[in-house]
Amino acid sequence: MSPYASQVRTELALATRQSEQLLVSLGIPLLVLVFFSLVDVVPVPTADAVDYVAPATLALAVMSTAMVSLGIGTGFERQYGVLKRLGASPLGTTRWVAAKTTLVVLTEVVQVAVLVAVAFGLGWRPPVTGWPEAIGGLALGTLAFAGLGLLLAGTLPGLATLAITNGLYLVLLLTGGMIVPIDDLPSWLANIARLLPAAALVEVTTGSLVAGGEVGGWAWITLAVWATAGPLAAARWFRWS
Amino acid sequence: MTSGTPSSGDVVIEVTDLMIRYGDIVAVDTASFVAHAGEVTVLLGPNGAGKTSLVEHLEGYRPASGGQARVLGLDPVRDHGTLVQRVGIMLQDGGIQPAIRPQEVLRQYAGFFPNPLDVDDLLGGLGLAHCATTTVRRLSGGERQRLSLALALIGRPEVLLLDEPTAGVDLEGREQVRSTLESLRCDGVGVLLTTHDLDEAERVADRVVVIDRGRIAAEGSLAEITSHSDNSLQFRCHGSLDVTALAAALGAVVRASGQHSYTIDAPADPDRIARLTSWLAEEGLTATEIRASGTRLEDVYRTLIVTHDHDGTDRSTGGAS
Repeated sequence: MSPYASQVRTELALATRQSEQLLVSLGIPLLVLVFFSLVDVVPVPTADAVDYVAPATLALAVMSTAMVSLGIGTGFERQYGVLKRLGASPLGTTRWVAAKTTLVVLTEVVQVAVLVAVAFGLGWRPPVTGWPEAIGGLALGTLAFAGLGLLLAGTLPGLATLAITNGLYLVLLLTGGMIVPIDDLPSWLANIARLLPAAALVEVTTGSLVAGGEVGGWAWITLAVWATAGPLAAARWFRWS
Repeated sequence: MTSGTPSSGDVVIEVTDLMIRYGDIVAVDTASFVAHAGEVTVLLGPNGAGKTSLVEHLEGYRPASGGQARVLGLDPVRDHGTLVQRVGIMLQDGGIQPAIRPQEVLRQYAGFFPNPLDVDDLLGGLGLAHCATTTVRRLSGGERQRLSLALALIGRPEVLLLDEPTAGVDLEGREQVRSTLESLRCDGVGVLLTTHDLDEAERVADRVVVIDRGRIAAEGSLAEITSHSDNSLQFRCHGSLDVTALAAALGAVVRASGQHSYTIDAPADPDRIARLTSWLAEEGLTATEIRASGTRLEDVYRTLIVTHDHDGTDRSTGGAS
């Protein structure tokens, strides 16, 4: 077994064992999808709530996995000295990053499959032509959120990473259009939100997967900036121990 | 020293005038020593002596501020990528996920090496078979240390760097660690381990390197280090002491071996001790700690550390003995 495969196997075994990780990556997005599709409490711009909530939930799923699960998991690995110990093994940084990326992408594929299947059950019928744009957005979002998560994990103690990442998750969940569209936020707050990666990713997924929708150019710019700056900052400031 | 596979007796670690600084603090100060294949070299020193800083340079974690070190002929920082294939390490603490199981983490690391040891054999050999599938958070301190040692061994290393490998390990666990070290020695592995535990050092060391405040206070085989303390009597005494007068009274050479501490180069027989104390009494002086140096490393170690105390701070012993 290659070092990379050995690392992926171990990470997978640990990830599936930690139920709190599954809760964050699957439980919360599913809950948001089902609840806000069935209960008409938020003013979505589409006739059927699910038509807005489903693509927004895809963005939420990516944020959960790439920022929260990856960040908190890595933060504790750093605190426990796991990363330091791995640094003295032949695994190497490149394969470690590759293994983490594999895990994030695998998780996201499962999340998207489950969420899309459930959304279909709730009557969601997105335009097929929107998928390439949506998937491009989810990929950029993954880079942006992973960069943020790893920046926190690589600079703060494990518990501080846990607290700040969860706090950030909540703020971005509420201001990112993942439940309440940002057009319904006060304009000053919406203007700030447009500079953050969550609202930008939701704009891309909803813009491309809502029939007749379109993606505002600002969203691609915001997302591209975060997708570049996040990983660069993480690479620059990440400390292994 | 070559970068090829070493055979017993070859130098596998060579440290030359190594300096490690953290800002203004000097953690390792012009340290020099060597370690050989097929030997257990013990880096012995009190807490804060610079052991971990030194070992972490050899492991490639910390850059040197001056001097150099070679592990298997290679630079530990620059050639880190090559050395990780050939060197096994044990961190002072941590390094293993609490949620993982011994068998899993050993299989994980086994996958990093081309020709690893058998995981189950290793678990058995270190007395971990009974907890192979217990999560690490439920293991005892000693079991965790042995697991950490197992991780260091899994890739069949030529050199082992073990930072405090027996800290927190119970007696039975220590025996297992010792017998593991013994078989590594026979296999020609070069082992460098740090400890502040004299007893441990005396039991396992082929070579001892005593480090204090970043400086190497002594280096050599156990026999070499303990030999020059044979037949001497040491004492501490505050107040002004006339070394020449005392030498005349005792008929032996008396040396000041540190601030307030003196060595008499003569066997510590009861008669000499009696004459010393009565002479001191006549002079109105009191001796604290009169000690006969035997061949115990403990005595040598204390003497070395005391001798090193040029600034006079007394932290040499834990009270009179």
